[in-house]
Amino acid sequence: MARAVSQQRKIINTVLAWAVGLLIFFPILWTILTSFKTEATAIADPPVFLFFDWTLENYTVVQERSDYMRFLWNSVIIAGGSTLLGIVIAVPAAWSMAFVPSKRTKDILLWMLSTKMLPAVGVLYPIYLIFIQMGLLDTRIGLTVVLMLINLPIIVWMLYTYFKEIPGEILEAARMDGAGLREEILYVLTPMAIPGIASTVLLNIILAWNEAFWTLNLTAAKAAPLTAFIASYSSPEGLFYAKLSAASTMAIAPILILGWFSQKQLVRGLTFGAVK
Amino acid sequence: MGQITLDSVTKSFGDVQVIPPLDLTIEDGEFAVFVGPSGCGKSTLLRLIAGLEDTTSGAIHIDGADATDQPPAKRRLAMVFQSYALYPHMTVRKNIAFPMRMAKIDKAEQDRRIEQAAAALNLTDYLDRRPGQLSGGQRQRVAIGRAIVREPAAFLFDEPLSNLDAALRVGMRLEISELHKRLKTTMVYVTHDQVEAMTMADKIVVLRAGHIEQVGSPLDLYRAPRNLFVAGFIGSPKMNLIEGPAAAEHSAQTIGIRPEHIDVGETGGTWTGKVGVAEHLGSDTFFHIHETGLADMVTVRAPGEVNFSHGDTIHLTPRADQIHRFDAEGLRIP
Repeated sequence: MARAVSQQRKIINTVLAWAVGLLIFFPILWTILTSFKTEATAIADPPVFLFFDWTLENYTVVQERSDYMRFLWNSVIIAGGSTLLGIVIAVPAAWSMAFVPSKRTKDILLWMLSTKMLPAVGVLYPIYLIFIQMGLLDTRIGLTVVLMLINLPIIVWMLYTYFKEIPGEILEAARMDGAGLREEILYVLTPMAIPGIASTVLLNIILAWNEAFWTLNLTAAKAAPLTAFIASYSSPEGLFYAKLSAASTMAIAPILILGWFSQKQLVRGLTFGAVK
Repeated sequence: MGQITLDSVTKSFGDVQVIPPLDLTIEDGEFAVFVGPSGCGKSTLLRLIAGLEDTTSGAIHIDGADATDQPPAKRRLAMVFQSYALYPHMTVRKNIAFPMRMAKIDKAEQDRRIEQAAAALNLTDYLDRRPGQLSGGQRQRVAIGRAIVREPAAFLFDEPLSNLDAALRVGMRLEISELHKRLKTTMVYVTHDQVEAMTMADKIVVLRAGHIEQVGSPLDLYRAPRNLFVAGFIGSPKMNLIEGPAAAEHSAQTIGIRPEHIDVGETGGTWTGKVGVAEHLGSDTFFHIHETGLADMVTVRAPGEVNFSHGDTIHLTPRADQIHRFDAEGLRIP
């Protein structure tokens, strides 16, 4: 029997859902609104919500002062590169854990995840030193590798969960059909796991794009991605809220758009295997 | 060519030995059926031959060459799985082509063999569909198609018909037998269904707890079961096993008499009993008879026109030359 939901209940639920949604979205909305204000309106007390003189001045200033495209390009390379590298390493790792588990597989999975519980700053010093010695400071390649390593446990975990859902007999059939390990992973496992791999990729691009700790600490100018672009507006000349907001809006816009268009895939991927 | 030899093969999972040392030869072109109750190790044995499981000790030879440490891909065997194990993301055509693609057979030859297999298996109209759009029987035929195109040394079947409904199962059984007659390739077939074993096999291997209980042709097993287990397992309905004075009369611990080897009548006879359930199949009637003083229940297979009602007294005469005798160890007395 379907649960009877009264009209009144429906209205309350809808209002509540919208309220929670708006609450979460409010900081982003406020940033976007502020980016269209003048510096004076931005700090006005009481705050002005919608009725002010909309201006694009902040965007023009931000564009003139810094090279947005360079930061954007760095972000794309670092987020995309680290995700791609992570997938290439994680697919075989997750394959072995899902299909040829050993006694210690569960422990290894937990141990990998436990590295995510360590505060990042705890390893800043050693990693910084390694970067200096290897000449990786402020390089895209260095940052790509670090972000890949940071997110690798999550990528392996997600892929492991998806791979577990694939019946082992199909992989055995591939082996009987003459497929070696490479062909088995390339032609059978990966195509079957495409939905799972896609959502893993999306989530990791988002995580890498928004990662601020390592990107701020290990870059200066050459390899700085959009997180550094935002940070550069927060301090040097005192607080310029409107310009900071304009920079933030420009930095989050690409990932916001990507997330918007891929939300179905993302939700499906994240709840995959939860309902069966 | 496809002779398969198992030489003292064992398999353990952890501390549990599921296959004690086992020797077996399957001749080239033979249709061998592994049969036994669930958990008897028949599927494990097949997977050892396939190379999907590693042997714990012993050796497996395929056509005289040591295949013990070869990966499945190198053994030139094709396998049909219970779950069909088709590649869901590929069309039927690509599923069938996959083993040939792995073997790097040229495209024109691939197409020729696909067309040939599809025609033989009634799949021509479905080549561009995906497995998800096919019925169970069609999926099983695709799995068989995928197995035959690579012209393997032997086919391995792991309970291929158990996911099909009864009518389809009979049809597929005939198709597989027909295929064997046509290709004359070695086939190793695992089933728990003794009817499949009896109807398809050249050689039946009866397994229990990893041990081979008996190897022989279907009629050998039917006519001369080596022990009580085989006697009870082969034949449907099951052989009646009788202990006590009736067995002692034949100087045996246990005697066995198949339901079809007991004649019934309203008078006379060696034994008497009361009719319980009568199952009318039309051609035959199975009577389940109680209060015989021989066993809890004696099953008799009588012609369809014989009629007894529930509770009637029935007289039974076993055919003397069809009585199987077993000793205290359960072994056949010749």
